[in-house]
Amino acid sequence: MTRLTFSLLLFLWQISLFSQEYFPKNDGVSNNNSNYTAFTNATVYVNATQKIDNATLLIQNGKVLQVGTSVKLPENTKIINLEGKYIYPSFIDAYSDFGIEKPKRSAGFGRSPQYDPSRTGYYWNDHIMPEVNAADHFKFDDKKAKELVEAGFAAVGTHHHDGIARGTGMVVALNQNGNNGERILQEKATQHFSFSRSVVKNQSYPSSTMGTLALLRQMYHDADWYAKGNAKNKDLSLEALNKNKSLPAIFESKDKLNNLRADKVGDLFNIQYIIVGSGYEYENIKDVKATNATFIIPLNFPDAYDVSNPYQAEYVSLQDMRHWNQAPGNPKVLAENNVPFAFTTHDLKSAKEIISRIQKAISYGLDETTALKALTTVPASILNNNQIGNLNNGSFANFTITSGPIFDKGTTFYENWIQGEKHVINDLNQKDIRGDYNLNVAGKNYTMKLGGEISKPSIEITVDTIKYKSTIAYKDNWVEIGMTKDDELYRMTSIVSNTSDNLSGRLILPNGLASAFTATKTQAFESKKKDKKEESTPETVSVTYPNMAFGNNSLPKSQDMLFKNATVWTSEANGNLENTDVLVKNGKISKIGKNLSAGNAQVIDATGKHLTAGIIDEHSHLALSSVNEGGHNSSAEVKMEDVVDPDDIGVYRALAGGVTSAQLLHGSANPIGGRSAIVKFKWGENANNMIYSNSPKFIKFALGENVKQSNWGNTETARFPQTRMGVEQVYMDYFQQAKEYEAQKKSGKSFRYDEEMETLLEILNGERFISCHSYVQSEINMLMKVAESFNFKVNTFTHILEGYKVADIMKKHGVIGASTFSDWWAYKYEVNDAIPYNAAIMQNVGLNVAINSDDGEMIRRLNQEAAKTVKYGGVSEEEAWKMVTINPAKMLHIDNRTGSIKEGKDADLVLWNDHPLSLYAKPEKTIIDGAVYFDLEEDMKKRQAINEERNKLMKMMMDAKNGGGKTQTPTKRAERDFHCDTDHLFEGFQDHD
Amino acid sequence: MKHLIQHIFLSGLMLMSLFTNAQQTPAGKQTETISITGVTAHVGNGTVVNNATIVFDNGVITEVGANVSPKGKIINAEGKHVYPGFITVNSTLGLGEVDAVRASMDVNEIGSISPNIRSLIAYNAESRVVESMRPNGVLMGQIVPRGGRLTGTSSVVQFDAWNWEDAAVKVDDALHLNWPNSFSRGRWWLGEPAGYSPNKNYSSEIETFKTFLTDAKIYAKTKPAKKNLAFEAVQGLFDGSQKLFIDATSEKEIIDAVTFAKEMGIDKVVLVGAYHAYKITDFLKQHNIPVVVGRTQSTPSFEDDDYDLPYKNPKLLHDAGLLVTINPGGRMERMNTRNLPFYAGQVVGQGMDKEDALKLITSNAAKILGIDDKYGTLEVGKSATLFISEGDALDMRGNVLSHAFIDGRNISLESHHTNLYQRYSNKFNEQQD
Repeated sequence: MTRLTFSLLLFLWQISLFSQEYFPKNDGVSNNNSNYTAFTNATVYVNATQKIDNATLLIQNGKVLQVGTSVKLPENTKIINLEGKYIYPSFIDAYSDFGIEKPKRSAGFGRSPQYDPSRTGYYWNDHIMPEVNAADHFKFDDKKAKELVEAGFAAVGTHHHDGIARGTGMVVALNQNGNNGERILQEKATQHFSFSRSVVKNQSYPSSTMGTLALLRQMYHDADWYAKGNAKNKDLSLEALNKNKSLPAIFESKDKLNNLRADKVGDLFNIQYIIVGSGYEYENIKDVKATNATFIIPLNFPDAYDVSNPYQAEYVSLQDMRHWNQAPGNPKVLAENNVPFAFTTHDLKSAKEIISRIQKAISYGLDETTALKALTTVPASILNNNQIGNLNNGSFANFTITSGPIFDKGTTFYENWIQGEKHVINDLNQKDIRGDYNLNVAGKNYTMKLGGEISKPSIEITVDTIKYKSTIAYKDNWVEIGMTKDDELYRMTSIVSNTSDNLSGRLILPNGLASAFTATKTQAFESKKKDKKEESTPETVSVTYPNMAFGNNSLPKSQDMLFKNATVWTSEANGNLENTDVLVKNGKISKIGKNLSAGNAQVIDATGKHLTAGIIDEHSHLALSSVNEGGHNSSAEVKMEDVVDPDDIGVYRALAGGVTSAQLLHGSANPIGGRSAIVKFKWGENANNMIYSNSPKFIKFALGENVKQSNWGNTETARFPQTRMGVEQVYMDYFQQAKEYEAQKKSGKSFRYDEEMETLLEILNGERFISCHSYVQSEINMLMKVAESFNFKVNTFTHILEGYKVADIMKKHGVIGASTFSDWWAYKYEVNDAIPYNAAIMQNVGLNVAINSDDGEMIRRLNQEAAKTVKYGGVSEEEAWKMVTINPAKMLHIDNRTGSIKEGKDADLVLWNDHPLSLYAKPEKTIIDGAVYFDLEEDMKKRQAINEERNKLMKMMMDAKNGGGKTQTPTKRAERDFHCDTDHLFEGFQDHD
Repeated sequence: MKHLIQHIFLSGLMLMSLFTNAQQTPAGKQTETISITGVTAHVGNGTVVNNATIVFDNGVITEVGANVSPKGKIINAEGKHVYPGFITVNSTLGLGEVDAVRASMDVNEIGSISPNIRSLIAYNAESRVVESMRPNGVLMGQIVPRGGRLTGTSSVVQFDAWNWEDAAVKVDDALHLNWPNSFSRGRWWLGEPAGYSPNKNYSSEIETFKTFLTDAKIYAKTKPAKKNLAFEAVQGLFDGSQKLFIDATSEKEIIDAVTFAKEMGIDKVVLVGAYHAYKITDFLKQHNIPVVVGRTQSTPSFEDDDYDLPYKNPKLLHDAGLLVTINPGGRMERMNTRNLPFYAGQVVGQGMDKEDALKLITSNAAKILGIDDKYGTLEVGKSATLFISEGDALDMRGNVLSHAFIDGRNISLESHHTNLYQRYSNKFNEQQD
């Protein structure tokens, strides 16, 4: 250490206000300073809601002693007159990584995957790190502190941003004159969780969102079990989790849907998480409110897209354009709905942007009190600290002195006092030189207007309408002005005096000679605040459900309707009925017959048209946030219901193809996949409302190349199984474990609750059905034999491309359904013998056969795929149609509700303009529970509206750009293209088929 | 090492099983005059002849009409439909067998500018995938190498042959260019956002290719002693003997590509993919550019697009007066090319006339490939490359073939699939007996 830095440190040490009393002191005598400081004549905000005019604030030893209009000042008080100025409690950011080094991404990509944990003595999963304490990693960051302090912050909650369970966070004062002994306000203030794997660790599990959720649930179960003293081993992670249980838990979601998912985990374990939101809360505010959570909200409003190039502009989706327009209104929407929230600077490039972002939010309707709360009292309460965020007696003397109301444009931040220590932002005593002047330069008169902020004035020099390029710098009590006229530069400099409002001083002429100039003040500066208030709030376009192209202005509602004179494909024993009426009432099929009376129902003339039950896809991966949990060879603990994403445009497109229900399956990355979500494609509804109530329970199994990882590249040879022989043993092993788990559970002895085992038990007990991805005959046969040895039946074989070879064995086993592709083959080795006649042969043998899509494109045309069974194998048209309606309904155990046109069933219907098996047919209406979710005529109107709204938003973005606003390059989101084989390892999407 | 040997052994096994079941035996030459009677003849040029008789001899159609008297061997196909053999443009059939088995794939060569790469010599005439085209009426195709910027040279083949020499219909017909993408995907594994943003290298990528073509032109002016295979391979573009197929997607890319080709003196340009071509049909018409538009049975590329945009895209271009066929390219493209008739039929649902939709995969395709003197329609003097279907061949329920002919040869409609169908149907029928 150099002598210079050493003495600098000494200096810093000495200026510290409250020395640590019991520390030995060898560099001098102990100079205690217990003087008082009073700030008088200020407008003081004691907290966000309590304002005192003309008040005095008295502080001593870093704390507030008293605030009010009649504060008695002791004799040893230093008085600072703040007449005309404002005092606010300094801000708090509850969600920061201040002073904690950013975790460094490990170079895991391309290596053989790591399935086991890298450490011992801790939890079995590396991404669970509740034992990490921010305080152990903390190092005060002066540079970052300065940035925060200048933005008005006095304290932050900070933690280690890595992993799913991230350990505890601490609260730190940003007092740059103090030391950590003074600055650390709370060593363990909060606990932290997130949806992101550790970037440092490489353990494969979890590789998906549903895996993350399952892992968190299991972690809590295990913690409980551990707390009861059942574990034989030491687990420092669970010990820490249990120990810190009572601390406020903050969950980083940063995603519209993850907000709700995090809260759902909390509900299971009686934890109310504080949720770090996404900025998209305005889109599903009712669901957000229902979480009852306090939110930490980012202010990273997107910049306008630069749409000046029309070719590039095409790439920006309506939903991204809308977010630009609507996001600044997010805080307002939260406030209106009484959702408590704090602001964070975490997603901003610099903390200094915070005020301009809040000003923007205010211009979009956010009230100033809520804004101030979001920076003070709310984060303080999140951090469980009542000594910050307010100026009550006894609180920390953390306050910011400003020139005016804190959120007004043009307000200057002068000083940020933290723990009674002054941090100068701008010179408090700097004179306000703003105003209009008569400027005389080299014998000519000009008008000079100084505006902007007191410490950073702006300048404009004009003669009549001619404007001259000019610059101004104002520091300490000197001002420097530059003016360019006729390409020549005039430089001026003047002292700012407290005795005169005029400026005068030296003028350097373009030829280098010195002269003098004068500027006589003609008018004082007037804030334009009032005019601004009169400006109307910026126009925002309406939110739709979902908030994107083709979204609904309001949610479709069930309506009574009568279809007159249709060709009705019943998918029942009575076959096709010509010239028949179907009455829909209260969301159900109420009556089928001739000449039915409509009553109050809307009459739809279906003459020449065909009415069918809605198409059901047994195998889809639409509307899911992620598909595969490939981190383990069994992932029975994961639930696709956790990750339903209702905002997938694929849902709307499937409706346009007549699909009303689908099973959203886990992928085929492992022999035992995850539990299914069975949904109705209610476009615009949230995930919960899409999922069937009392849904039949299903789970995805998979066989063959995908689970053996045959096509995943040469590095993926570490996970068992790598052969079909091994696949069988995975099942034998897990079902055996499940049996033993059940025995332990029934024995009344203590047992470790295991969500995976609970799920497998449901299978063994016939309460949960398997839908098994399968290709070749050997493995199909194998799974049936495994099931038989454990006394259960395989419900569905899906894909089942060699089903035609073992159809007789399947029938004998009692398979409920065989759900296949119409004509896919040759995409991998195991589908070499896949033939388009498969469905016909299986049907002839007597199996219940369905045609599925597993594809966001084919799902749009499942009627055509059904028609292929007529071509390949001569299936009758009525039977072919059943393969996409009642047959899949049967294998999904929803045939009592949907899948055919039968009185009493759900009104899930499609009106076709032509014979539904014709390639030329298209749906005119797709109806679910009696509500119209797709209507061809409405669709045409939506197309028009999308075009108009895009144009409107693009014009607004051009205006923003031309007004000097920042822009970003047009971008397009990556497509979702999930298939069975979509693998989620390493956060990326690799297609493996 | 042991692992490696195992690998080689396994791949060997796979290959053996792929090729041990060779395809159906190719048909011999037409030896007698054949007349098909009583059919609806879908000529492929937009017209239909009802109750038609079609006569062909020596592989060539000699008569088509309602009042033609049958000659030679008579196939009474009353009530059935006859179509010209369907033609697939920009296909990789015969270059790849099983997508996931690398050893079976010869689709993508490495390197960026490889015009001298020729598809024909790798075309597997005995591919089981190719064999599965015929029962659906897809009888010919242009086989195209993929991979890189200038991917290589294609040839047109027919789908019933002993070897690639037999199969060849038009050798080295065209070169194929993948135009640079104006938007490129972020490299997520390097921490970039996974979405698309403007490709910073777009101009330099064009420049690189331009330099190559300019050099190739200059090269041709002299006859250097040292040969440059790549330069030699593109000379057909400049003298008009070969076409240039350019795969470009967006409006900007299409305008750039066509302008570039014209400036380079390339006369015969065909656009491939061309998702956004419908927005600039006037420009394409002005430059007389045919379009091999993306397959109809695909999802829209943009969230805000009409759900049926891919369905109607060929119609939008056809209505604007452009010459259009359908690109089979995309995911699982080879096996799905047997659905080519349905790709065309999909447009009928969007209001296109059925006979116009048929043109997409018959006469239009033949014109784009420059084989319309012999193929693509049921007209006198053209090759008897045609088939008889029970019903409407553009709709799956009607697309059931009883006969198909290539150059008058009565080809087999059996396949690996029909063999297995029979094998297991028989098994279960016997069980029931």
